[in-house]
Amino acid sequence: MKKKQKKALIRIIISALLLVLLIILYKIIGPKETDAGDIIPGLINEPVWFILYMIPYFIIGYDILLKAVKGIFRGRVFDENFLMAVATVGAIILALIKKNGDYTEGIAVMLFYQIGEFFQSYAVGKSRKNISALMDIRPDYANIEKDGQLVRVSPDEVEIGSIIVVQPGEKVPIDGTVIEGTSSLNTSALTGESLPRDVSEGDAIISGCINLTGVIKVKTDKEFGESTVSKILELVENSSSNKSRSEAFISKFAKIYTPAVCISALLLALLPPLVNMLILKSNAQWGVWIYRALTFLVISCPCALVISIPLSFFAGLGGASKAGVLIKGSNYLENLSYTNYVVFDKTGTLTKGVFNVNDIHHNTIPEESLIELAALAECASSHPISVSLKTAYGKDIDRARVTDLTEISGHGIKAVVDGKEILAGNDKLMKKEGIDYKPCHMSGTIVHIAINGEYAGHIVISDELKDDSVEAIKKLKNSGIGNLIMLTGDSDLVAKEVATTLGITEYHSSLLPADKVEKVENLIKNKNAKQTLAFVGDGINDAPVLARADIGIAMGSMGSDAAIEAADVVIMDDNPLRIVNAIKISKKCLRIVYENIVFALGIKFACLILGALGITNMWIAIFADVGVMIIAVLNAIRALNTKNI
Amino acid sequence: MKKTYNIEVDCANCANLMEDATKKTEGIKDACVNFMTQKMIVEFEDGVDEKKTMKAVLKNCKKVEDDCDIEL
Repeated sequence: MKKKQKKALIRIIISALLLVLLIILYKIIGPKETDAGDIIPGLINEPVWFILYMIPYFIIGYDILLKAVKGIFRGRVFDENFLMAVATVGAIILALIKKNGDYTEGIAVMLFYQIGEFFQSYAVGKSRKNISALMDIRPDYANIEKDGQLVRVSPDEVEIGSIIVVQPGEKVPIDGTVIEGTSSLNTSALTGESLPRDVSEGDAIISGCINLTGVIKVKTDKEFGESTVSKILELVENSSSNKSRSEAFISKFAKIYTPAVCISALLLALLPPLVNMLILKSNAQWGVWIYRALTFLVISCPCALVISIPLSFFAGLGGASKAGVLIKGSNYLENLSYTNYVVFDKTGTLTKGVFNVNDIHHNTIPEESLIELAALAECASSHPISVSLKTAYGKDIDRARVTDLTEISGHGIKAVVDGKEILAGNDKLMKKEGIDYKPCHMSGTIVHIAINGEYAGHIVISDELKDDSVEAIKKLKNSGIGNLIMLTGDSDLVAKEVATTLGITEYHSSLLPADKVEKVENLIKNKNAKQTLAFVGDGINDAPVLARADIGIAMGSMGSDAAIEAADVVIMDDNPLRIVNAIKISKKCLRIVYENIVFALGIKFACLILGALGITNMWIAIFADVGVMIIAVLNAIRALNTKNI
Repeated sequence: MKKTYNIEVDCANCANLMEDATKKTEGIKDACVNFMTQKMIVEFEDGVDEKKTMKAVLKNCKKVEDDCDIEL
């Protein structure tokens, strides 16, 4: 608790105790009213009671009164301090005029107002701390080895290429490569993924992970400021500064709301009594109407509204980052909830973007031998297809077995392996060499193999779907997102197969990056203006499309700067299921925002109307202010919980 | 030129008022007060003296909300 809060709490307790004491004393030794309406003087009489009652009032309200006076001098008449001051002083003066000694109400209103302020400051401070702690992945130090001793230095001071030591339980401070040791890393703060990642010598690791098991030595690849953790922190810290439409609406609303209620209160205090007096020629009932007007003033503070909206968004952003989704601002969180179009890039988003040997058909020799021959023939090439063949072979390649190697551009490779002439390539190569090949019905890249002019079968190489892609698409459909579209630079056959497997009905193939922008622009033009189009890409060659879409969602590929910068939403672990999570989190958060707006405004307006009719009193009014604020704050905190979404 | 300052403000509405007051200060191009992170992002106009401007900002903010503070 801060010093200010402690002081406020002490004032609340003292004045509450004094007030209760005075009420009891008044009952025992104060003046009493008989049934006939006569007043029997007590041991202590007015004006002593008035002075006694003013003690708790000033203890609890002196700062409000002071601020109200200052406010008037500065030309700010309609702030909440002024309202509370006028309402409570008004209530006390009414009690004085009526001579009934009932000062409790005015004091209680001030007391409850202060309790509300105290609670607000405490709850907001607490939740701010909790949410910040959640997002706090900032490493405090880095260990550098100096003369055989570990020295702790600030991560800022570590130069590129330095060797740092990360012990179990510590955060990796800077991006780098492991040069010694093995360990498991907890990446959950970055990715939301709870499964630890095993690393050993030669693996690149990113800052912000927590080292779990072993001591590792890391050679730094970047400066601290350029490291993943710094980039993410910067992003997270600035995220809630991009204000959403709801926030803008509420702060505008607050500016009109308070003066409007004040003017209504003034009219309520003046008009009905004047009408009574001048037109109806009856009793003016000034007291009744002024009391009702004062009730109005108590309700008029806009704080419940104003606090609950940014708090909801802040909690929503925190909850999302806990789930491995970084959202760059409240406005994007808001837009995300209106998503009706999700456009996917295929490679790297729905598929792994890594080529693998998928199948072998029509082979005349054992599969392993076929792959061995293919790998040997392709040994000199660094094309992704050759790499995938070599990976499938898995053993070291003995180049001495390969002679007379010629690469026929756009066709394939001709080589002599172990004395046999091998052809490895596409349909065109087979046609050119006059070999009777069997075409493949499967999508992907096909490598035909021929041995000494005889067809020996073909190998199908294709990009694999991500494990969760099918489920992600299904869940998106279930959550009511009507339009799922896939864009790819790949051939029509491949696109068709992927789309069918995933259940995506609309796809466009053979697109250049510029075509993708055009497609997305067309979609944006034709959709309803209220709906949002989200584009999901891997962020590297999709940057223009990410920028053009209403919401650009990047598969962060763990630390790709381009992705983090170009997109509005970054999915830290490249899992397409997180898209569904992100949209659900945004919907939940927005639902809470609307709940709070409707609830707070509803109660306030209801109390205003009841107050005008004289059905409520100040006690209900203070609930409408403080109670609503407390409930709205508690509701806002719910946005933080994203576990069972 | 953009700069971020830590601030202290107790209520969300006061934060909005501070933002307005800051925006109206001479030499300030744009400002954004973030109540939740207790931070203020200020964009200065070209060639102004930041320190002087921020003092003016603080003065203006104090006018609308007595309790606020900016770490300069």
